[in-house]
Amino acid sequence: MITRPDTALDDRPSVTGPSVTGPRKDNTLVTTPPPPPQVSTPTTQVSPQTTWMLAVRDSRDRAAFAALFDHFAPRLKGFIMRSGTGSGQAEEIVQEVMLTVWRKAAQFDPTRAQVSSWVYQIARNRQIDVIRKENRPMPEELAEDLAGASGAEPDASQILAVEQESSQLKQALSRLKPDQREIIERAYLGELSHQEISTQTGLPLGTIKSRIRLGLDRLRHELKELR
Amino acid sequence: MTAITHHTPDALLAAYAAGSLPQAYALVVAAHISLCLDCRAGYEAHLSGGGAVLETVKPEAISEGLKSNVLDLLDAPVAPEPIYRRTGVYPGPVIAALKGNPPKWKSLGLGVRQSILSADQNGSARLLYIPPGQTVPDHSHNGLELTLVLQGSFSDTTGRFGIGDLEIGDQDLEHAPAADPGAPCICLAATDAPLRFSSLVPRLLQPLFRI
Repeated sequence: MITRPDTALDDRPSVTGPSVTGPRKDNTLVTTPPPPPQVSTPTTQVSPQTTWMLAVRDSRDRAAFAALFDHFAPRLKGFIMRSGTGSGQAEEIVQEVMLTVWRKAAQFDPTRAQVSSWVYQIARNRQIDVIRKENRPMPEELAEDLAGASGAEPDASQILAVEQESSQLKQALSRLKPDQREIIERAYLGELSHQEISTQTGLPLGTIKSRIRLGLDRLRHELKELR
Repeated sequence: MTAITHHTPDALLAAYAAGSLPQAYALVVAAHISLCLDCRAGYEAHLSGGGAVLETVKPEAISEGLKSNVLDLLDAPVAPEPIYRRTGVYPGPVIAALKGNPPKWKSLGLGVRQSILSADQNGSARLLYIPPGQTVPDHSHNGLELTLVLQGSFSDTTGRFGIGDLEIGDQDLEHAPAADPGAPCICLAATDAPLRFSSLVPRLLQPLFRI
């Protein structure tokens, strides 16, 4: 149950969007300081990626999966090759990751993760399993019992808010100075040790963490049984 | 039940999300996240950070045929992966490390027992069983030691640690944790180096017990 003031939703019409800085291309560094808050188009609909993912999860929709493939496969390949993996092996991993997206779709919870976060986790697991030849220890899954245990309908405003926070995170990343951005990329590519990752990664994660926490609160009763 | 007061530091959550933590530490962090909603939220926030990187890296063109390969494989049968669920006081990741079996306890003397889950040159993970009131020999470590309480509680010079609490011990921490009265204390502990004991006898025993 949401008890905190829902600022991300209440203030949506006044949230700063990327459009105020003019036309943007992906990977273009914005060198000007962030503009003051201005009105931008409010988010009222979930992104195509989330819509596709939910169609895959709930209806095993192959056309939606094909659309997800078109979006994520080239990005996954670029991501995997950034760490020095060759094109051939990268595509093998892309194939495994996309098949896992299909097979484990039931675990996707849009109230806690944007599709890209979920795909990122699968990709890193796959890369690590290939390198270490052993499975990375994973937290116990909470999402599986969602429908049965809580019976609660997913909260659309929560899904939208998670999406909005994620897209602001993406914007924050593209606004960073190249050297700062390089450090964050290397951290999330798994190239930095925990000693090398300072607590200040430079990405503002506080808001999305609070938002995810609200999504997790719906599962709280499950944890009560555990502890 | 008391609230968790000792959490996983953010840098460890980031490294865990990115998959750069050594296996023994990753096990402890996965177990802590299984018990702690706050740290699960922190971990999932870092997955969002990773997702942002995934969305903004330079895409690479995909070979012709990969997509149809994948689409053809959607219905291919796959062997189901075992799902390890929490059993007793042990969270899912610990049960996974035990491969679903109960811990194999070995005595360390004075009622203290351990069950080694993994040990190699990169570190080791073990379960420790400490009777109420019993002190674990004074020891320090070469690297980082992560200790997660699964049952009971222990106290040392830095404070009291109850169920779900994670203690981060670095090489400056020379401590003699003592299980509090009440239930025996069961912990999951991971190091990236063998423990050093301060007194002679435990040090002589060390190669024998791999602690």
